[in-house]
Amino acid sequence: MSTVYEQLGGEAAINAAVDIFYRKVLADHYVNRFFEGVDMEKQAAKQKGFLTMVTGGPNNYTGKDMREGHKHLVKMGLNDSHFDHIICHLRSTLAELGVAQDLIDTVISVAESTRDDVLDR
Amino acid sequence: MPTINFEGKDFFCAEDETVLECMTRHGVMIPSSCQSGACQTCMIRALEGKPTAEAQQGLKDTLKAQNYFLACVCRPDGDMTIGLSTVSPKYRVSLLEKEALNESVIRLRLQEPDGFSYKAGQFINLMRPSDELTRSYSLASMPGDGFLELQVKRVPEGQMSNWLFDDLQIGDEVEFFGPAGDCFYIPGSPEQPLLLVGTGTGLAPLYGILRDVLAEGHTGPIHLFHASLAAAGLYLVDELRSLAAGHEQLHYIPCVLHGDAPEGGRQGNITDLPAEVLGSLSGYRVFLCGDPPIVNALRQKCFLAGASMQAIHADPFVFTPAPDA
Repeated sequence: MSTVYEQLGGEAAINAAVDIFYRKVLADHYVNRFFEGVDMEKQAAKQKGFLTMVTGGPNNYTGKDMREGHKHLVKMGLNDSHFDHIICHLRSTLAELGVAQDLIDTVISVAESTRDDVLDR
Repeated sequence: MPTINFEGKDFFCAEDETVLECMTRHGVMIPSSCQSGACQTCMIRALEGKPTAEAQQGLKDTLKAQNYFLACVCRPDGDMTIGLSTVSPKYRVSLLEKEALNESVIRLRLQEPDGFSYKAGQFINLMRPSDELTRSYSLASMPGDGFLELQVKRVPEGQMSNWLFDDLQIGDEVEFFGPAGDCFYIPGSPEQPLLLVGTGTGLAPLYGILRDVLAEGHTGPIHLFHASLAAAGLYLVDELRSLAAGHEQLHYIPCVLHGDAPEGGRQGNITDLPAEVLGSLSGYRVFLCGDPPIVNALRQKCFLAGASMQAIHADPFVFTPAPDA
């Protein structure tokens, strides 16, 4: 069975998704303080890696990457409520792109599986 | 079997091997992370030879044009020389013209050396021959002008700018390396709306890009915002007005933070003005040049107003602080 990544249209579709997703995140005042002062292009590349991973595209993401990459944010107070916001933005990004509900659920369950790594516990 | 040359050494790339795998196998540790063409950590440049199309997927057009590619997904179909940058020859040229553009900005026109090739919007590293003091300046000229133009702002206590203002005479020689930078126009999508925003001498690269864009026959709307603290800090106002008068697709908007804006201009914070005036920036190609905090804020505002990340080109200037007195 093909992955959501392939069904979405591969790399080009992920680029489009990153734009929508990152814009939602930056516009969300509840979470955007965690993105202050970051290099937007590097951040977009990381989000592309993340979206590629959660949609089942080619990736070498590991739990350790997620843990190390977010440790400084956990110190800043990153918690479940912020993670929930990000999940919500991911869900609505995929819906905006016309992804079917069952595929969205599959993607969200993969994203959910990173929760403990992201929150370093 | 393609050969990869890196820093003067040849490495043989096995069949179906990526550039990253090949280099890693030979002990050359190129930084990498996702190994699937997503994170762009392993981005490197083909100095000779062409990267495969697959290895350039997802990169900005300006990076593609300079043969940057992702080593982790590049299975080379021919020999390549890879590295981060070419070594620029040092050019020695004399000053042809020097003219004040306003109270604090001068225009310098330098000889264009034979064989020098650049894209409007790129910068050079200018060097004072006596002590090799070096600073980066954007080129305000475009290929074909027959000279290289810099627009220099006098920085209080600035070693280079004060020397350029007070001591450098017509006929004197300076040296430079370059060009470099990836804030430039690539022909294509001539109907796409363009947004150019510059603060202070951030106008310099935009002036080059703007003239390049017009010369390429761009037909879509072009909005140029030039911002300064007050009207006295603006320059080339008449030139830009007459350029706009001759091209109906060009809109020039001089902006000031304090005091009255010139006719047709706007008063306000430049980080807010483009989206205020234009509304949605979805579909725009954007060029941002000038002070880093403003450029970074503009990058975010333009993105939030709908511009795609891939379509935002930025050149934040770095000012070297004055030495401690």
